[in-house]
Amino acid sequence: MDQSIAKQIHLPLREAVKISARSIRSRFGRACITTGGIFLGIAFLMSVVTWTQVEAAVGETFDATARARQVWMITISLLVCVLGVVNSMLMAVTERYKEIGTMKCLGALNRFIVEIFLLESAFMGLVGSALGAVIGWGVITLVELAKHGSRVLALYPWGSVTAAALLAAALGVTLSVLGAVYPAYRASRMVPADAMRVEI
Amino acid sequence: MAAENIVRAIDVTKRYVMGSVELMALKGITVTIRRGEYISIMGPSGSGKSTLFNMIGGLDRVTDGKVYIDEVDVAQLDAYELAWLRCRKIGYIFQTFNLIPVMTALENVTLPMVFAGTTVDEAMEKGLNLLEMVGLGERAMHKPAELSGGQQQRVAIARALANDPAIVLADEPTGNLDLKTGKEIITLLKRLNQEQSVTVISATHDLKMLDVSDRIFWIRDGMVERVEDRASLDLKVGTVEGEEE
Repeated sequence: MDQSIAKQIHLPLREAVKISARSIRSRFGRACITTGGIFLGIAFLMSVVTWTQVEAAVGETFDATARARQVWMITISLLVCVLGVVNSMLMAVTERYKEIGTMKCLGALNRFIVEIFLLESAFMGLVGSALGAVIGWGVITLVELAKHGSRVLALYPWGSVTAAALLAAALGVTLSVLGAVYPAYRASRMVPADAMRVEI
Repeated sequence: MAAENIVRAIDVTKRYVMGSVELMALKGITVTIRRGEYISIMGPSGSGKSTLFNMIGGLDRVTDGKVYIDEVDVAQLDAYELAWLRCRKIGYIFQTFNLIPVMTALENVTLPMVFAGTTVDEAMEKGLNLLEMVGLGERAMHKPAELSGGQQQRVAIARALANDPAIVLADEPTGNLDLKTGKEIITLLKRLNQEQSVTVISATHDLKMLDVSDRIFWIRDGMVERVEDRASLDLKVGTVEGEEE
């Protein structure tokens, strides 16, 4: 018995990936909205960072107040973005109570349920933040080009901007997974009978 | 080695608290179910039969009392062991079918085998066999939404049998089906009960079930009102619903 339990714990990660990918596809509209929220948050972050770095590269300086205001705005935008993820994942959990209960009846471990929701959120986070980082960077780079001309290209801080883009994308994925932790945990802890009794 | 009693419930009570109201859904139920029996749990809605069903199936926690499945005390099991029990020992069938909507019939049937760690090839082959057995071999690649109620329930039955469980638990399996389809489902369950000697326990208020049950537990008001053998029942039933075709 022990061995088969161990086997059961480790195998179905691939299955979890498949299930979560599918449920994104079948609820594509809402997945787009969630992804859009993450996209906007990360695009904003990336555009502020790019702008700061490019301006610094061409010789502009910022005072402490301007920096503080930037940090404040980025924090708020990311908070809003995380709340959006939490909200959307809570809804995804609620509308799938019955499915969760059924899966538990079929022998799914709590951990498998958590995996499904975290993966789902990670997918959306990855797409949203990758797009956000690229587009946030692109738009501001164009704006800077228009403002300072080709001087920007000569002085462009490629290294630090690339690093910032990667960091921003990683941050986006992390935040969207974090936002899904509570809803996923709640879903996984339900007693199957309760999960299936819920009427929505 | 195999225990004679597949399910034993001893003095099981279940209390629900809804806001300030306390509800005793089960008030001390003691039943014993033998391996290979076909049991119907009958009773009006609100009698506690679904609650009893959940207790027997390890789907809910008892407030008091003990439930033994295959002589294992369910309350002693940890999360992994409980999942194992649900996966290997028990197959569930529900009134609302509860198929996973985004999966095909075949994928629904193979899901419990995935949880059990069966290899993909093995699961596919067995899944197809099971679908064949319930008469849906051609529908393997259809999604639940493309199947009729009766077909969905047959997929659910195939899924319940995926890991060769000792018990099939059916909660109102005919509740959402018309008379004729309901009868087919009952016949199918009875056939499985006889051919594969799987214990079938079904909570229902469908009188068509009486005909095939070995024993019937009548539940009223959270208690077992009486237990009847089919032998004593044959005389009374006849054509209960006057259901000529």
